[in-house]
Amino acid sequence: MRIPCPYCGLRDAHEFSYLGDAAPQRPDPAAPDAADAFHDYVYLRDNPAGPMRELWYHGAGCRRWLVVDRDTRTHAILGTAFATEARS
Amino acid sequence: MTRFVDGGLIDRTRPLAFTFDGQAYRGFAGDTLASALTANGVRLIGRSFKYHRPRGLFSAGSDEPNALVELRTGARREPNTRATTVELYDGLDAASQNRWPSLDFDLQAAGGLFAPLLGAGFYYKTFMWPAALWEKLYEPVIRRAAGLGRAAEAPDPDAYEKAYAFCDVLVIGGGAAGLMAALTAGRSGARVILVDEDFRLGGRILSEREEIDDAPSLQFVARAEAELAAMPEVRVMRRTTVFGVYDGGTYGALERVGDHLPVPAPFTPRQRYWKIVARRAVLCAGAGDRPIVFGGNDRPGVMSAQALRSYAVRYAAAAGSPAVVFANNGYAWSAAFDAAAAGVPIAAIVDVRAEPPPVQMERANRRGIRVIAGGEVIATSGKLLSSVTVRARGRTETIAAQILAVSGGSSPTLALTSHFGGKPVYRADIAGFVPGVLPPGLSVAGAAAGEYSLARCLAAGAARGAEAANDLGFTARATPVPQAQDKPITVSPFWHVAQSRGLAFVDLQNDVTAKDIAIAHQEGFRAVELLKRYTTLGMATDQGRTSNVNGLAMMAALTGQDIETTGTTLFRPPFTPVAIGAIAGHHREKDFRATRPTPTHAWARAQGATFVEAGLWLRAQYFPRAGEADWLETVKREVTATRASVGLIDVSTFGKIDLQGPDVGRFLDRVYINTFSTLAVGKVRYGVMLREDGMVMDDGTTARLADTHYLMTTTTANAAKVYQHLEFCLQVLWPDLDVQIASVSEQWAQVSIAGPRARDVLARIADAPLDVSNAGLPYMGVAQGSVMGGIAARIFRVSFSGELGYEIAVPARHGAPLARALMEAGAPFDITPYGTEALGVMRIEKGHVSGNELNGQTSVADLGLGRMASTKKDHIGRVLSERPAFRDPDRPTLVGFKPVDPKDRLRAGAHFLRHGRSAVLANDEGYMTSVAFSPTLGHWIGLGLLARGPERIGETVRAYDPVRGADIPVEICRPGFVDPEGERLRV
Repeated sequence: MRIPCPYCGLRDAHEFSYLGDAAPQRPDPAAPDAADAFHDYVYLRDNPAGPMRELWYHGAGCRRWLVVDRDTRTHAILGTAFATEARS
Repeated sequence: MTRFVDGGLIDRTRPLAFTFDGQAYRGFAGDTLASALTANGVRLIGRSFKYHRPRGLFSAGSDEPNALVELRTGARREPNTRATTVELYDGLDAASQNRWPSLDFDLQAAGGLFAPLLGAGFYYKTFMWPAALWEKLYEPVIRRAAGLGRAAEAPDPDAYEKAYAFCDVLVIGGGAAGLMAALTAGRSGARVILVDEDFRLGGRILSEREEIDDAPSLQFVARAEAELAAMPEVRVMRRTTVFGVYDGGTYGALERVGDHLPVPAPFTPRQRYWKIVARRAVLCAGAGDRPIVFGGNDRPGVMSAQALRSYAVRYAAAAGSPAVVFANNGYAWSAAFDAAAAGVPIAAIVDVRAEPPPVQMERANRRGIRVIAGGEVIATSGKLLSSVTVRARGRTETIAAQILAVSGGSSPTLALTSHFGGKPVYRADIAGFVPGVLPPGLSVAGAAAGEYSLARCLAAGAARGAEAANDLGFTARATPVPQAQDKPITVSPFWHVAQSRGLAFVDLQNDVTAKDIAIAHQEGFRAVELLKRYTTLGMATDQGRTSNVNGLAMMAALTGQDIETTGTTLFRPPFTPVAIGAIAGHHREKDFRATRPTPTHAWARAQGATFVEAGLWLRAQYFPRAGEADWLETVKREVTATRASVGLIDVSTFGKIDLQGPDVGRFLDRVYINTFSTLAVGKVRYGVMLREDGMVMDDGTTARLADTHYLMTTTTANAAKVYQHLEFCLQVLWPDLDVQIASVSEQWAQVSIAGPRARDVLARIADAPLDVSNAGLPYMGVAQGSVMGGIAARIFRVSFSGELGYEIAVPARHGAPLARALMEAGAPFDITPYGTEALGVMRIEKGHVSGNELNGQTSVADLGLGRMASTKKDHIGRVLSERPAFRDPDRPTLVGFKPVDPKDRLRAGAHFLRHGRSAVLANDEGYMTSVAFSPTLGHWIGLGLLARGPERIGETVRAYDPVRGADIPVEICRPGFVDPEGERLRV
C-alpha cells in the first residue's frame, strides 16, 4: 500500500505508522461527564466497512500526522491531509 | 525410449552431469531436472504425502503436485522443490523425499499401513481419540510418516536481496499473449516489465509444434525477444515468478538469480524478492491441464497430456513407450499428435465423448492413431505403469502402456486474480473457471482468461497491452497481430470415472481421494471452503492447481447442485512457495537491525568494556579488570568506587527533545502530570507523563534553558515513542499551541559523573566563567557554558545514582574527548567508568523506578509518585487515572524488599504470597520487578509491586519463584536503601 503524503508525495506504507480512527475528539476534561466521555474517547471505536478517516504518522518522512481517507474494504486511499488542517 | 535422437530445445553440445538419489545421470543445457530424469528413463521420483505411494511426474510446470525433491546437500539443502521447475546445472544433486528406507522400497507404503487412519477429516478424527495414543502413535509415527522434505539444519550460506521496481505496464507471463502485450505496450514507449517464471520465454509455444505467420512459432518468439531487448524502457525478467498482488498496484515477485547454478555467482544473491509497483498489469499466465479422477490415476507414468507433449517436443524425451491418451477434449488430441510427431508411439486415444468431432477423427486417422471413442480408463497396473484397462461400449480391453496422458480440460492459471477476493466464474462452454472481478489495474489475456487458441492468445495479448498503455496516455495499437491457428475448443465436461478400480486420487499432493470427497459430503462438509479444510484438498505447495476443479465438480455432482452454485475456493498469496530467507532478505543476524554505538563506544571498547543492547543502542554493560572473577565482582567494584569517590557513565542514549516557542510551558503542563510552566530558567525538574488511559508512559527530567526553550529527556527505550506522542499532541490535539520540537538525541553526547568527588572533577574541565560550585549550580540546576577549553556544554546537576551528580552534554563529536578529559581530570580521585549494570544497582539502591516498573501497567500511585500530580490543571491521562480501579488500595504498589536471611538471593519475577497461603493465582499479591546485589548493604535488595505495600513496611512475605525453584521470606521495606533523605545529592 502506498500513501500520498501531502508533503512528501506518494510513499510506501512502511514509512508510516497507523494510529486509528481520526473521528474521536479529545473531550472537555472539565465537563461533568468527562469520565464517560474519556472512556468513549480512549476505548470505543467504530469499525466501518467502507471509507474511514484515519490518523497516520509519517515517522520515516516529514513527521507530520496525517488524516488519511481509506476504504477499509479495498485499501483504496481516497485522500490525505495534514491533521493540523484537517481537524482545525 | 528416453531421449529422442534429435529435436528439442536442449543444447546437445553442452552435456551436464547430475545425480538423483546418489545415482549419476547426464542431461543437457536446457533441461529441467524433470526432463533430464525423463530422458534417463527415471519414472519413480517421489513418495506421496500420506500413503507413501510411488509417484512420477504429473506435469512439466510449476503446478506439479508429485515430483517434489530435496535439492543440494548440507547447508544448501532445499526441500520440496518441484523437479519440473528446477533448471538443470552441472553437478546438481537431488534426492527423493518422504520415503524409508528407499524410494524403491518404502516400508510405510507396504499394505497402506496407515491408510485407514488418514482419510478425510483425519486431523479431527484419528488425532482426537483415544487421547492416550497421542504420544505413542500420532505424534511420533503418523506425523513423521505424513510429511514432505527436510529443511537444512545449518544456516543458509547464501545471500538474499530485496529490490523495488516501478513500471507503467507489468506483463506477467512470457507466452504468446504476454509477448504480444509487452511488445504492444513497449512500442508505445511505456515502461514495461515482462516477467516469466521459466528460464526461457515462449510459454506453451516452446512445447507445441505450431506456426505463426506461416513460420515455426519459435521464430516469432526469437523476433519478439530481440525487439523487446532493443527497447530501452522494457525490462525482461526470466526465472521470476509473480507470487502475489497487493494494494496500490504492488506485485510481489521472486527472481531466482542463482538457483540454476551450483553456487550463486560472486556478489550475487541466490534469490531476489521484488516489489514491483505497476500502474497497470496484464496477466498472461496461461492454463494448466486438469487430470481425470479414476482408479490408479496416480501410478508413475500417468501424466497430463500437455506434460507428455512438453517433454516430447521441448525436451525431446519420453519416459516410456507407448503412450495412451485419455481425454475429453480436442486440445489433448493435438498434444498426442505433437508427441507422436516428436517420436512417442501413441497406442490409442481414449475419449469419453461418444462422437469426437469429425475433424479430429480425420487427423487421428491420417496419423494412424487408434481412437477409442466413448471410452473410459477404469484401471491401471504396474508399480510403474505397464498397462491401462479401458472400457468402451460395454467391452473391456487392457492395453500395454508405459505412459497414460490424461486431460480433463484446461484450467486457466488465475490464482493472482483472486488475491483481492475476486471469485473465479464458471464457464460451461470451456468447462473451466475464468477470472471474476479483477484486482484494480489488472487485466487478463489469453489462456488465463479462457481464450485458448494461439490466434486468440496473440490478439488478446496485443489488445490488453494496448489498453493498458492507452489508459496511461500512451498511444498503442493492438493491430496488426501475427496470424496463427484459431481452432475452437471442444470439450465435454467429465471429471470422474465412477466405476473404476483402486484408489482414485483427486488431489495428488495431499493424497485426497474420490472416497474422501464422498465422506466429506456424507458428513456434511459440503461447502467448498469446508471441503477444503476437512479433506485438505487444494492445500500445500501446489495450491490445488490440478485438483480444485475436479474436487468441487465431484462435490457438485454429489449435492446435485451445478458447478456455478458450488463455486470455488479463493487463492491466496503466494502463488508458488517463497522461501522465508527471501522474505527476510539481508535482514538477518547482525544486519537484522542497525547497531547504534554511543559517542564513547570506541573509548569504552579500549577500556575493555563488555557491551549490551539497550533499546536501539549498544551500551557499555560493565568494565571488567584483570583478576575479577565475574561480572558481579566487577559491578561491585564500580558501585563501591562511585559511591566512595566518583564514577563515569555515558548517558547519551537517553532521548533528548528540544522544545521551543512561547507555549512550551503550557504544552508541558498538559503532557506531564506535574507543572513545568512555573519552572525557573536554569532549573531542571523530574516529570512523569501518562497515556490517555491513565497508565504511566515515560519519565525523565526536563530543563528550562531559556524563557521559551526547554530540553526534555526521555528513557532510552521510549525516545521515539515519546517524540511521536508529542507530535501527536501538538498536531492533532492542540494545533493552536505555538511550539516547535526536534529530536536532538543524536546531536548531543552526554556523560554523567557521580560521586562525592564529582564536582572536583567537573571543576577541572569547566571553562571560566562557568560556576559549578554548590551555590552556582545547585541540585536540579542547569548551566550553559563551555568545557575543555571552548567546547559548548550544558551541565545538568541531576542524579540517577543518588550521589552528587552532573550530566555534561557536548556536541556529539566531542563525546569521546569529553570522556577522556573527565578520566584525566578524575585520575587523582580514581575515577571509575561504570556500565549499565552498576547504574541499575545504584538506581535500585536509591529506589528509582525504571523500565521494569514503567511497564505500561502501572499508575503513578502504584509507583509511589501520586503526590507529584498537580491537581490544578488537566493533563493527558488525568481523567481516566481517577477511575475507581486506579484508587483501589489493593493495587500492587511499589515497595522495597530485602531477604530475611541476608544470604538469600532475590529473583526478579518472583511473586509475593502471604505466609501460609498456597501458590495459586487468587493469593497472588504482586511480584518483584527489579533486583540487585547491593555492594553498599552487602546483600540482595529488590523493588516490587505489592498489594497495600506501603502499609505493610516491616512485614514479611514469601517471594515465590517456581521457575527457578525459589521460595524465600522477604521483608517489606521502603524503596530507597541508600541515603533515603537525599542528602548526598545536595552537598
